[in-house]
Amino acid sequence: MAAMRPDLAAIAEMIPQGARVLDVGCGDGALLEYLTAAKKVDGRGLELSQQNVNACVARGLAVIQGDADTDLGEYPSQVFDVVILSQTIQATRNPKGVLGHLLRIGRRTAVSLPNFGHWRVRLSLLARGRMPRTRALGYEWYDTPNIHLCTIADFAALAKEADAEIERALALSEDGRTRAMRADAWSPNLFAEGAIFLLRAR
Amino acid sequence: MTAELEPPPSRTAATPIAASRQAVLAAPLPLDCGVQLSPVAIAYETYGTLNAAKSNVVLVCHALTGDQYAASIHPLTKKPGWWELMIGPGRPIDTERFFVICANVIGGCMGTTGPTAVNPATGKPYGLSFPVITIADMVRAQAALLDSLGIDQIFCVLGGSMGGMQVLQWAAAYPERVFSAIPIASGARHSAQNIAFHEVGRQAIQADPDWRGGDYLLHGTNPRKGLAVARMAAHITYLSEAALHRKFGRNLQDRTSVTYGFDADFQIESYLRHQGIAFVERFDANSYLYITRAMDYFDLAADHGGSLAQAFRGSKTRFCIISFTSDWLFPTSENKHIAHALNAVAAAVSFVEIETDRGHDAFLLDEPEMFATVRGFLNSVAAGEGIS
Repeated sequence: MAAMRPDLAAIAEMIPQGARVLDVGCGDGALLEYLTAAKKVDGRGLELSQQNVNACVARGLAVIQGDADTDLGEYPSQVFDVVILSQTIQATRNPKGVLGHLLRIGRRTAVSLPNFGHWRVRLSLLARGRMPRTRALGYEWYDTPNIHLCTIADFAALAKEADAEIERALALSEDGRTRAMRADAWSPNLFAEGAIFLLRAR
Repeated sequence: MTAELEPPPSRTAATPIAASRQAVLAAPLPLDCGVQLSPVAIAYETYGTLNAAKSNVVLVCHALTGDQYAASIHPLTKKPGWWELMIGPGRPIDTERFFVICANVIGGCMGTTGPTAVNPATGKPYGLSFPVITIADMVRAQAALLDSLGIDQIFCVLGGSMGGMQVLQWAAAYPERVFSAIPIASGARHSAQNIAFHEVGRQAIQADPDWRGGDYLLHGTNPRKGLAVARMAAHITYLSEAALHRKFGRNLQDRTSVTYGFDADFQIESYLRHQGIAFVERFDANSYLYITRAMDYFDLAADHGGSLAQAFRGSKTRFCIISFTSDWLFPTSENKHIAHALNAVAAAVSFVEIETDRGHDAFLLDEPEMFATVRGFLNSVAAGEGIS
């Protein structure tokens, strides 16, 4: 647990015992494995990288290779208690479409994302006049998988547009701590390195 | 499949194979074609020990030309079992832990009732009077075998190629009996291209004068040439262009230049001829007709109103689907099609594609990622089931 990424730990804390969980973009399965062991969840994963998928399945996780942009349509509605999208929405081609599917598939949706409104990002662009590169966002503009970065305020606006109610919103600080925030307040949008949202369809 | 170094001892088709274990079903076996087949003998092998709760049964389904000798010496070829790397003490299917059953399919020629068996109505070998069988019939026969052994629950059913078809049929027909399922390099239907290749093989057999309209056993002949050609054509589909190139290229066989004739100048020709010759020593031509037909007829979606997802609705079975990148007989797309159907009914499904250039036959070979996948999957299912 100590080694788990702070945003994953915060998401894990939101998952009820024994829940049916779908982790979209589950990576190497660290969160799913933790949730299976600690929360006895019935967990599934969808992951783009075949290498990661194979690692997950060898670890005993139910994961299939697939693309959030194209494959979520195949999932039936309201079959999962929680659908998780951690650090993935900014890498999808159609974030609004993906979010719509997540809200349809799961009774609740947990989303974590990097905050492009963080002061370091703003300062980096302002001072250097180059596309921002920070600790949290270390790619060059030409090789980044993060094609749809957004700020906390941007995501809150998208959630509203997708007719989702924000049940919980957590600001993730640079030292890995989380605290509750108001998604439409100016200060977390400037000072939080990332955010975690728990959403449900209205 | 590895090249066979020397020809195995000859199969005398008229003499039935003495199976080490054989069950005779108590009741006639109802077939999809409407026939009630009786008597039915099923030859099978087991590995490991059945636990007291009878909860550690792993059913292995063999492919088109496979048999029950999955992890033991083949009585005709004297070669190790076809899945010896997968099954055994400490192997992914650990026989210290699981009780493994592998049965020769109905229509087969290694001790289970098939076209070489004696038709009780005539007192002669069935030949083409044997009813056409299906994948569902094979599975029904296995279910009857398990019933006769007093086994109700299957911890895991797995197999590659046609074995994978049986796995899917098991999960669709007996969802309550199957706890987990691993279809490997398989499909929920046989494609037009695959049917086409099978038809070439069947035509080769039937074009051999020694086939005698299917009655070669009565005439004391054996359509060796036809069956060998069928095997050669099929064997190409089990490999890949890359693997053929890597293994043989345009290398010449024991010569420095081409001979301007039709001898086996190229290594690949020699290899295929050898595959064909070795095959006829252990396989029956009519069995080949019947079993290829069963594969052709397989279309799980068609059996469920055109929807593959419908075949698995409400299934509690845990699935792990495995495909290989260079398999063009049952390509990843066919395997993924199954994963998507299972997803659509929110079944517990994993899907793994393994990178290899060895084509369809990769499921029989040393593929560490396949072994790791099967091991990891079985461990997690066993942990969920409380099997030590």
